[in-house]
Parts: sequence; structure tokens; C-alpha cells
Amino acid sequence: MAENVLNKEMIKPENLVYTKTKVLTDNVMHYCPGCGHSTTHRVIAEVVEELGIQSEVLGVAPVGCSVFMYNYMDFDMQEAAHGRAPAVATGIKRLWPDKYVFSYQGDGDLAAIGTAETIHACNRGENIVMFFINNGIYGMTGGQMAPTTLEGMKSSTTPYGRDWMQMGHPLKITELVASLPGTYYVTRQAVHTPAYVRKLKRAVRKAFEYQPKKKGVSFIEVVSNCNSGWKMTPVQSIKWLDENMLDFYPLGDIKVPED
Amino acid sequence: MTEEIIIAGFGGQGVLSMGKILCYSGVMQDMEVSWMPSYGPEMRGGTANVTVILSDKRISSPILNSYDSAIILNQQSMDKFESKIKPGGILLYDGNGITRHPERNDIQIYRADAAAESAKMESARTFNMIMLGAFLKIKPVVKFENVIKGLKKSLPERYHHLIALNEKALIRGAEIIQPVEVA
Amino acid sequence: MAEEYKLMKGNEAIAEAAIRAGTDGYFGYPITPQSEVMEYLTAAKPHETTGMIVLQAESEVASINMLYGGAGAGKKVMTSSSSPGISLMQEGISYIAGAELPCLIVNVQRGGPGLGTIQPGQADYFQATKGGGHGDYRLIVLAPASVQEMADFVSLSFDLAFKYRNPVMILSDGAIGQMMEKVKFKEQVPRMTEFPDWATTGKNPDRERNIITSLDLDPARHERFNLKLQRKYKEVQEKEVLFEEYMCDDAEYVLVAFGTSARICQKSVEMAREEGIKAGLFRPITLWPFPSKELESLTSHVKGMLSVEMNSGQMVEDVRLAVHDNIKVGHYGRMGGIIPAPDEIVEALKKQIIGD
Repeated sequence: MAENVLNKEMIKPENLVYTKTKVLTDNVMHYCPGCGHSTTHRVIAEVVEELGIQSEVLGVAPVGCSVFMYNYMDFDMQEAAHGRAPAVATGIKRLWPDKYVFSYQGDGDLAAIGTAETIHACNRGENIVMFFINNGIYGMTGGQMAPTTLEGMKSSTTPYGRDWMQMGHPLKITELVASLPGTYYVTRQAVHTPAYVRKLKRAVRKAFEYQPKKKGVSFIEVVSNCNSGWKMTPVQSIKWLDENMLDFYPLGDIKVPED
Repeated sequence: MTEEIIIAGFGGQGVLSMGKILCYSGVMQDMEVSWMPSYGPEMRGGTANVTVILSDKRISSPILNSYDSAIILNQQSMDKFESKIKPGGILLYDGNGITRHPERNDIQIYRADAAAESAKMESARTFNMIMLGAFLKIKPVVKFENVIKGLKKSLPERYHHLIALNEKALIRGAEIIQPVEVA
Repeated sequence: MAEEYKLMKGNEAIAEAAIRAGTDGYFGYPITPQSEVMEYLTAAKPHETTGMIVLQAESEVASINMLYGGAGAGKKVMTSSSSPGISLMQEGISYIAGAELPCLIVNVQRGGPGLGTIQPGQADYFQATKGGGHGDYRLIVLAPASVQEMADFVSLSFDLAFKYRNPVMILSDGAIGQMMEKVKFKEQVPRMTEFPDWATTGKNPDRERNIITSLDLDPARHERFNLKLQRKYKEVQEKEVLFEEYMCDDAEYVLVAFGTSARICQKSVEMAREEGIKAGLFRPITLWPFPSKELESLTSHVKGMLSVEMNSGQMVEDVRLAVHDNIKVGHYGRMGGIIPAPDEIVEALKKQIIGD
């Protein structure tokens, strides 16, 4: 009896404190519980809704865990070949210069196989937003080493830990693209605490607001977890991220627009 | 009427542009034309040649290995193309730098020392137009006025002040051409 | 009359025709022997006239993916390259075919394999007509044999591409790309102002979102999609075959050749006829769909065929499939960038097909 009263009380409109954005579809996300992709998707969708640009936004999904991003976002999207999202986004933006165009990629997609497309889209100063989800691992293929895997970090292809003598160093591609004059706004954010999510949302909103200025790429790295790939529980993975990833990938703005 | 011509020499002698002007002249009088250059590293300073075909009917192969006429501008081209002229055909060459002169007696051979003449005219650029003037004297496949029209078409406007000089070179070529007797 | 003609290289003709066809975007990367396409386009500044975008990408890989993006967003887009560059594009071409996107890819072939030569070749026939990338897909492949056709096939390609939602390739070669001939252009067509309903042009409230993808992990649904593709290809085979016959009506022997080889073979036919050999030329214009039925119908009066190609024998396989074992079929080819001469083709015809 008491339960029913409570539920009725809760669904009163004046008690509504949160609702799913209309810019997300009703499809159930396939991401592992605890994964940062779903939160990042939601943040993007909320910003698109709040800016009222649902009919003007064109997204490009990558190959990787977020390959099915287009199933969740309720706006037009294209699915790119592995690593090619910035080239696909370039093609779209050049031909629809007044639309809001973004690409969304993981670390393998953006910083390994697609490095050339990443660097050159940034160097040309394409007027797009580039999202870079960095969890230091290849999630979809089962936890192999990514270019961003930390030194000593274990993956299925570095079972004894990443040895830079063999495998090179983790790649700070975000700092690299920040050095290019074609990038306008470069920032590194996270999604593993509510405070970080709010900060990410502010960054995403800025990035989309900058786009009509046509001043170049807005590049947002999101340091994220991969509990499955890291072989941890979600809670462990968040703790591990906090204690290990953020030292090497410090959060905050790397390049802030001057005007 | 179909005339199949090879023009061959060094890159920088104006081989390709001579062929182009010949083609433009043909277009001016409603002929079918094709211009098939050798291309690649050869373009960058080595030997250059172009096959030009002018015809009053649809041109079949733009690539040939025997020619009605050959305009030869260096020794390598002489060695390569003398044997590929059809019997009764024409070989026109510039004597400058030629150490082995043509030897066939079943073709008509002409010489025009255009390099020497262009030096006298104090413009190395006139070289190819002197050769073209010489060729048209013996083989008037296109009308003189159409060559001038063709020049106007093929030269960018900023070079149009050179047309008078080119006209002079064409006329000079027609004057200096000499038949060559092979013993 | 003469004023309407321009004297142009095949590569330049493609570029001018692209502007006139109302192309929205060109994305490319330099490679010999086709760099004149982008050079012409950048010099012509079409963004100031038609609004066409021309962009030099960082690689052929990027170019073809820019095409994917542009085509997926409903625009008329094209690229051009030469053999090694086209190999780099194969992944993207497969994705474009898989996502059913219309676009134009021009291959001005050079000799291979590998870096090969910058001289002309026709050894990409298999790659163009049989796949090249992964998966069950087809390109519509047009083979121009003149500078005029280089120009004409641009708008034809876009018509076919949009009609069937399929990539179209113009398979040319270095000889036609570099050769100058007279060419007459069509009137300027304005760029499109209405876009296909499947394209990602922005999700308006009155429609569902549009998704461009080639991915489907549901086996049954993905098989249905593949079967749909195959039905489309069958329709193309039934409706879009193009070819040209030259002196085939009374021919006893027929040369089969496309592109540059076909031009040379036309001269070989004339030479053979002068010698009293009743020769003809059959020129497939669409290499895929291949004009099999039309070729087969010639076997009623033709005794033998010689497929002449600048490769080691690729199209000859389709010729043999078309005529079954009804008549003798041979192949004559040159490689390494060497273009066969008209007289050596006549000799090969006599030696291989006519016999003593």
C-alpha cells in the first residue's frame, strides 16, 4: 500500500527531476554496464536537444564499440570504415557547410588506423567536432593493446604489460592535434563521476556552439573506462581510471579559443 | 585525307606545343585531330615526342608505329624514327647536333636548320615555329591563316604579343627548307 | 561550327565535364597519369561559378571516404586516380557499394602490378569488373575510347549511379588521359537542389532518421539485403549494356577490345580488310555489365575472336564465357606500358585465329 502511494507521488510532473532526451532513440544500448560510451552518447544527445539542432546535425560513427551509435541517436548518421570518420565528416561538412557535423571515434580508430585522417582533418581546420573516446584498449575486438594503452598496462596482446621497448609509448594524440593551427578548441574530459559528466557537457555545448564560427576543429577527448577489456568490475575500473589514467592523460582544456 | 605525323626531339624544344598548334590549326578547319604525347619522366628534360594525326574522317588508332611524316629534332629521334617512315613519306630534320644524317632513299628528305635560324632571330622560342613553317611548305596539311588562329587558341593571352614573331618564324621556315639528296 | 569544339586532354575533358554535369564535390590525390584532372579543376575555380567543391585529400584512402560522406549526404561526388591509388580505395569502394551510395570513380590506368609503370595499361579489368574490394558487389564500369567519351561518360555515370544507388567507375588509361582530341561539351547543368530521401541531409521532424551504413549483424536480414543487391545487379545487366560494333556485319573474324586497345584495333581492322581478311571490331563500352549476349549473337557468322588488351588476358575470360566453346577465342596483349601496334594485332589475328 505504502509503495503504491510512493510511486504515484513520484510520477507527478512537478516531481520530475530527470528525463531521457528525445534525441536518443528507445533502442537499448548494447554497451557493457559501466561503460563511458553510453554516458557520452547521452551528453551529446542532450546538447543537441538543448541547442535545438536535431534537424541540422549529421554524425559519423566509427568502427569499434560505438559502431552502432547510429542506433541510439535520433538524428541522421553515417557509419564510417575503420579510422576514416574524419574523412567522411570532411566530405559531409564540405558539401553541407552550414550543418553541424561531428565524428565519434575510439582510440584504435582515431589514433592508430586513422591517424592520417585525424591529423589532416585537424590540420585543414575542418569545421567539425571530433569526439575521441580514450579507454586505452580495443574494446570491441576483446581487449587488445591500443595506441593509448599505458606503459605496463596489461591487454590481451600485451599480457605481461605494455613494454615501450617493444610496443612504443602511449600516444598523446590530443596534445599532438592541439599543436596544429587547424584546431580551435581542444579539451580532455571524463565521464566517470557526475561532476565530470557536467564538465563534459559544458565542453560539448561549447564545441557545437563554436562550429558556425568556422574557425576549425573542436576536439574533445573523453578519458573513459573499459571494465570488460580491463577485466575489472565497473567500480574497480573507475577507481583504476582515476588512479592511473588521469596522471598520464590529465583533464582540462588544452587549447582554448582566443576570440 | 589522313596525315600521320611524328614530331620528336628533346624536351624543351617545343615538340609538344608544335604538335598542339598543328592540331588547333586542324580544328580551325573542321578536321579530326589527335595528339598523343610520350609522357612521364621523358617530359622532364629527356626526349619528347608526339604523334599528331589530322584527318577528314574519324581517327582510329592515335598510336602508330609507321608515319607519313617525321619531324626530327635530335639524333636519338633520328635513330628511332627514320626507319618508321612509310615509303614515299617525308623526313624533315634540323641539322643541329646531327652526326648521322638520314640514309633512306625511298623517302623524301628535307632539312631546315631552325636552331641556327632561331639564334639569328635572337629568340630560341621561335625554333619550333620555324620547323613548322618548313614542314607546311612541303606538306600544307593546314592553311597558314589557320595556324595563326590555332596559335591564338593555344597560347595564353599574355603571350599573344608573340604571335607576330611566330608568324615571322613560320615564314622564315618556309624559306630555309632544303631538299636533301641521299647518295 | 568549329568554334564549339575544344582541343583537350582526356583528363582535362573529364574535369570540365564534371563541372558541367553539376558535380557537387571532387576529392582526390595526385598520381600520374591523371593529375591533370585535379589541376584543371583547381585552376577552373568552380566554387565561384557552380559552387562545386574541389579538395586535395591526404591520400586516396581519405578521398574515397570523403566521397562516402558526400554521397551519403545526397551529393553528386567523384574522385579520380590511377591504378595504385585505386587499389588503396578498394576498402572504401566496398563500403560505398555496401551502403548503396551513388558516386563516380575514374581510374586512368597505368601498368602494374605494384608501382608498375606510369605508362598506360588495362590490367585493372579484373579489379574493376569482378570486385576489387571485399564482398559481393558490382561497379558499373564504363570504358571510354576517346576524349569525347571521357567527357560524355561523366554525366552518364552520374545518371546510372543515382538511378541504381551504385558506384560507377570510368575505366580509362594513361593514353586516353594524356591524349588530346576535339571535344564538345554539354550545356552546364545546375547542381542539385533536391536530394534523395535516403540521404543524411538532417532529420526533419516529418521523417525518421536516415542512416548510411553497410553493417548488419542479423544473418537473415543481411542475406535479404545481399539478395536485393543481386536483383539490382541483374536489372543493370538487363538494361544498361552498351557496346559498339565496327564492320561486324559480314565479319568472319572479330577483334574484341575496349578503350585505347579498341582504337588501335579499329586501325587493325582497316589493315586486315585491305589484305582481304573480313575483320570486324566489337567494343564493349560497359565492361560491367559485359555485353555477353551481343557477343554471343555474332557467333552465328563469326569464325574466331581475338581479345586485344593491354594486359596478360583478363577480358578474354568474359569473351570465352560469352561465346562458350562455339568458336575459337584467343588473346593478344602487351604489358609494361607498351601499347600494341595495329600491324602486330593483324599478325596475331592471322597466327592465332585464322591459321594457315
